[in-house]
Amino acid sequence: MKFTWFHLMPYRYLPEDFTTRYRSVWVDIPRDLYDPKVGHRLYNDYLDQLEFADQMGFDGLGVNEHHQNAYGLMPSPNIMGAALARRTRKANLVILGNSIALYNPPVRVAEEFAMLDVLSGGRLVAGFPVGTSMDTNFCYGEVPATLREKYREAHDLILKAWSEKEMFAWNGKFTKLRYVNLWPKPLQQPRPPIWIPGGGSIETWDFCAEFGHQYSFLSYFGYIAAKKVADGYWNVMAKKNKPLNPYAMGFAQAVMVAETDEQAERDYAEHMDYFYNRCLHVYQGFADAPGYRTESTIRAGFLAQVGRAAALRREGLKWKDFIREGYIIAGSPKTVRERLREAMKSLNCGHLMILQQLGSMPPELVRKNTEIFATECMPYLRDLWSDWEDHWSPRPLPEAERAMPAQLNLNFPRATNGNAVHAGNGEARAAAK
Amino acid sequence: MKELRRIGGGRFTIETHMFGTGEPLLFLHGAGGLLGVDPFLEDLGHNFKVIAPHLPGFGESTGGEHIEDIFDVVLCYHQLLDELGIASAHVMGHSLGGMLAAEFAALDVHRVKKLVLVTPAGFWLDEHPIPDVFAMELPDLAAHLFHDPQSPIAQMFTTVPEDMKVLEDMYVERVKRFTQASKFLWPIPDRGLKKRAWRIQAPTLILMGESDKLIPPVYANEFTSRIKKSSAVTLKEVGHMPMYERPDEFVRTVREFLQG
Repeated sequence: MKFTWFHLMPYRYLPEDFTTRYRSVWVDIPRDLYDPKVGHRLYNDYLDQLEFADQMGFDGLGVNEHHQNAYGLMPSPNIMGAALARRTRKANLVILGNSIALYNPPVRVAEEFAMLDVLSGGRLVAGFPVGTSMDTNFCYGEVPATLREKYREAHDLILKAWSEKEMFAWNGKFTKLRYVNLWPKPLQQPRPPIWIPGGGSIETWDFCAEFGHQYSFLSYFGYIAAKKVADGYWNVMAKKNKPLNPYAMGFAQAVMVAETDEQAERDYAEHMDYFYNRCLHVYQGFADAPGYRTESTIRAGFLAQVGRAAALRREGLKWKDFIREGYIIAGSPKTVRERLREAMKSLNCGHLMILQQLGSMPPELVRKNTEIFATECMPYLRDLWSDWEDHWSPRPLPEAERAMPAQLNLNFPRATNGNAVHAGNGEARAAAK
Repeated sequence: MKELRRIGGGRFTIETHMFGTGEPLLFLHGAGGLLGVDPFLEDLGHNFKVIAPHLPGFGESTGGEHIEDIFDVVLCYHQLLDELGIASAHVMGHSLGGMLAAEFAALDVHRVKKLVLVTPAGFWLDEHPIPDVFAMELPDLAAHLFHDPQSPIAQMFTTVPEDMKVLEDMYVERVKRFTQASKFLWPIPDRGLKKRAWRIQAPTLILMGESDKLIPPVYANEFTSRIKKSSAVTLKEVGHMPMYERPDEFVRTVREFLQG
């Protein structure tokens, strides 16, 4: 089994009365609730946490894309990927991902992912979500009726841009390009592994099966509710005679571990509450633009991830209910590893996207959560699925062939003002001549 | 009389409601579609041959996948009139249908005798942003659409059936209709009518609703300033749905204009 330490990067300081004063954490959240000075600290804390996860031996570091959203502060996860590429060594960069229908032309995503793959020495996982309705339809104005078709064309264009040996022309419905000629191209050849984050649209299963992409079910409902989705996916794979390789699936789960079950509740309950109640407070009108979900997905009865139905399902739930219903896996190391093993087995899932920073959780708790999990849970779960081969993880350059960032010299003499810098550079240039 | 007519070499099946006698009157519905029971149309049938098609993707009309922009939909309606053998007609459209009717009249100038645009979409004023109908829940929607959200007709719009199967079918149908409508209205209901409205030759009546909170009466100026032979009337005590809120006054106003 493989472990990707996944960060949503939430804003930790939404006011107490947020849910009564405002209708949505997403799309039309008031801008004055965001303080960039606080944001500065949060980004740096969060990158520290991801870097720590690399040191603790997690296989991947996960980031994703959201817009105008207080629980996901990454409009561009690629920027976080770039920062992580320089300060981490081992872990894969799981960018989960870029909503490719939003970029014009979509070749931009092919380029940026190629840059990240080259920069990181081939550690990139390329995620291509359709993107939520809030992100794509409401924030970025995509017409819901054509979003999925546009997504599909962007996908085909990016794959061709990565794999084609020669320059080509692209006469698509949404994108027309005379010269597609990717420079640079990805380090992993023919391309980085592709993971498709889904929120429960049934068409995504056929799509993943058709292309051999990994399917990542990103849900906040937890593993018990996810069973229906996982079964649907594996049924499609079985019907298409694909091997039921657990590594062809990823799943996001909130995990909180402490010394004992009781201590876990004391440590984490308030932060879990902040996440499920404040962070997921999304106005129903934004949850599901008409045409975003297909008729078959609606009729299959899968709940939208956010909005009223999702909120009703959580209403009145307390810490122990969240555990019983599987929203979270939390407790002592023994409790967590047992439930996690049961969860991943029941889903036939090989890639865990583990959420260990949730809601308002402060850095010291995140570190504790991550460290206990890495030392007392992860080693006991690694054997799961050991008889399967993982075809969906990156194939980086061998360590010996990788470039190392130069050590920062903090004693480097600093100019006291702008003039001094310019003078210094001028002297250096003169000396070089 | 409802008929399902295959047109355009089988590209579209158009559910068309046709009744009445007199000069042809093509009615283009709004984003919500025809209700199935539309008394104002039946009333107009006393004086006109009413032709009320469902836009592909609405009701039993199919071929919505062939309609992606203004030209696709206007050509589809042209084709319908061609196949019905109607060389000349009055055209009336409501809301989204008003926008499409104006486009129709700008593109096929000589087929349209008179044009009626009822609380029409098609323009955008930064000073008067049109609220986002796609993000509205039903009670909120009713408050925007109707002069009196407590009136029986407004309540009919917002009542949710208790039977889950009926509810699901209703929800799916609403999603289908709004999905099609979104091609013309999302995210801003402006597809360039301002570049083409100058072409309209037909005498045109713009009907606005005094209490319309979706497309307020101020939008009448956008139409009257661009369409040569046009005038605007703002109806009292109605919102965005005058033909359902005050059907008698609505029909009288339309009839007088078309027969005048």
